[in-house]
Amino acid sequence: MYGNDFRDPDEQLNAAEGGALDQLLPTATRRGEGGDFERLVSTDGRVEPRDEMPDAYRQTLIRQIAQHAHSEIIGMQPEGNWISRAPSLRRKAILLAKVQDEAGHGLYLYSAAETLGVDRSELLDKLHNGQQKYSSIFNYPTLTWADVGAIGWLVDGAAIMNQVPLCRCSYGPYARAMIRVCKEESFHQRQGFELLWTLSRGTERQRAMLQDAANRWWWPALMMFGPPDTGEAAKGGHTEQSMAWGIKRFSNDDLRQKFVDMTVPQADKLGVTLPDPDLRWNAERGHYDFGPIDWDEFWRVLKGDGPCNEERIAHRVSAHEEGAWVREAASAYADKLASRSTGAVA
Amino acid sequence: MDKTIAPADVTATYLLGLADDALIYTQRLGEWMSRAPQIEEDMALGNIALDLLGQARALLTRVGELDGTGRDEDALAYLRDEREFRNVHLVERPRGDFGDEMARLLWFSSYQFELYSQLTSSTDEVLAGVAAKAIKEVTYHRDHATQWVLRLGDGTPESHARMQAALDRVAPYVDELFTDTATDEAATTSGVGVLPSQLRSAATAYVRSVVDEATLAMPAEPRRRARGGRDGIHSQAMGYLLAEMQHIHRSHPDATTW
Ligand SMILES: [Fe+2]
Ligand SMILES: [Fe+2]
Repeated sequence: MYGNDFRDPDEQLNAAEGGALDQLLPTATRRGEGGDFERLVSTDGRVEPRDEMPDAYRQTLIRQIAQHAHSEIIGMQPEGNWISRAPSLRRKAILLAKVQDEAGHGLYLYSAAETLGVDRSELLDKLHNGQQKYSSIFNYPTLTWADVGAIGWLVDGAAIMNQVPLCRCSYGPYARAMIRVCKEESFHQRQGFELLWTLSRGTERQRAMLQDAANRWWWPALMMFGPPDTGEAAKGGHTEQSMAWGIKRFSNDDLRQKFVDMTVPQADKLGVTLPDPDLRWNAERGHYDFGPIDWDEFWRVLKGDGPCNEERIAHRVSAHEEGAWVREAASAYADKLASRSTGAVA
Repeated sequence: MDKTIAPADVTATYLLGLADDALIYTQRLGEWMSRAPQIEEDMALGNIALDLLGQARALLTRVGELDGTGRDEDALAYLRDEREFRNVHLVERPRGDFGDEMARLLWFSSYQFELYSQLTSSTDEVLAGVAAKAIKEVTYHRDHATQWVLRLGDGTPESHARMQAALDRVAPYVDELFTDTATDEAATTSGVGVLPSQLRSAATAYVRSVVDEATLAMPAEPRRRARGGRDGIHSQAMGYLLAEMQHIHRSHPDATTW
């Protein structure tokens, strides 16, 4: 069977493979030593919706979980862009299922946020009016078929690296949602790699398409870990507080380094040259060195001046507005059913 | 003609109609991803599209075995021209509003429900197997459409009006689902297929029951009726649908795998 023979079943392709998630499952309901919030968190117990928690903790979680949920929903667009054109029926099925999974991730995450006392429609309004953000990676366009694979390989791969530690987040509902999400993201990453692997064994034009996608997605994928937050940069930022609260477990820079270390050998397997002349193994550090990230680009895209910022929100808002009459009908109908059934009882 | 064994080309042609209905409808349903009225509905429409794509792939593969050309599912999906597609007009209709989609899905799933209920006893074992699996899927599709037609028909005054208008717009495309072709007759004689005309009353009775409960009205007999899809005579929208679906595959004629 072509297309699968790169696969060494024991080889770990992303941070969610190799049994990592199964080991985390029992921790997702752990109560620690119980007691008040400080004691729960300091003994690595999980905070549950009914537990008391500081308001700043609650607000930080709402913001982070909502941003994550929004990213899943907006992330449906760049890939959904290729469903109609997938070049084989097998790939069309895989892509449809993937985009559908992202919708499911959005739902789990909105539900996790709702346990903190907000509701989905309120969060969606904040997405639509720009008060809340989504991952800036989705402000880049998917220009060729290979971009679908590059998103799976690099974007899902980076997301997993960020998200596996969140499976140990101190907030129980978020930790549990993340375990579920990471399992599926892990499939996405593997499927993306397999798509690219197939191109790498293909024609010259297929290989060129692969190289071009890697060129365009590599740096934005590294930016997904966020700006540097170690050393000087860490002072006064969110990172320190989030670490103390057990929401964040590793610095952005540590996660980025792990991602680079895991991904560079995979690029070799694909025969792809990553667009960084400074990228090389540093035996002394035991890590790959890589060149400077263009943080000006990061901030520019984050602030709205990316290729697709306006398009992503406009698409989302128009789907929401075009669907308003449908949602209104559903709730009117549910009310009618409820009043009919109480009428029948009375 | 031998009544127990269908000539392969009749069977292939018959199956191609069923496969193309599923494939082209997958293409239209896929357009909803990220555009549905709520996230649950992105998931539901994605599910239905995946089910139909699964049916299309199994049937296309069977067609390639039977018609002697050795074409695989992708050659049949991507390398046929418009006049060789045998789907009905209903499924190629451009995406409308959500009411249009539910009207289309209600009719199509009601048709497929009756169709696959009978095809489980097809003399073509592959088709019988596809039908046995499809019947469970289609039961869900039909229920999904039913629930939405009820909500929209009996929801708000606006949704009632819009759902009624959608049923009226779909009406011209219904008759073709239940119109027999020479291929249908030959495939039915051989035991492979079933006459679409025999599915009409049960499917229509189901749709009528939903429409009634939804406080809507069955549309009047339409003045215009779509026809010719099974002979490869399509609407103008079909060429654009195929251009989009096929272009990457066709732009790489020397690529052997994706
Ligand atoms: Fe996701
Ligand atoms: Fe994903």
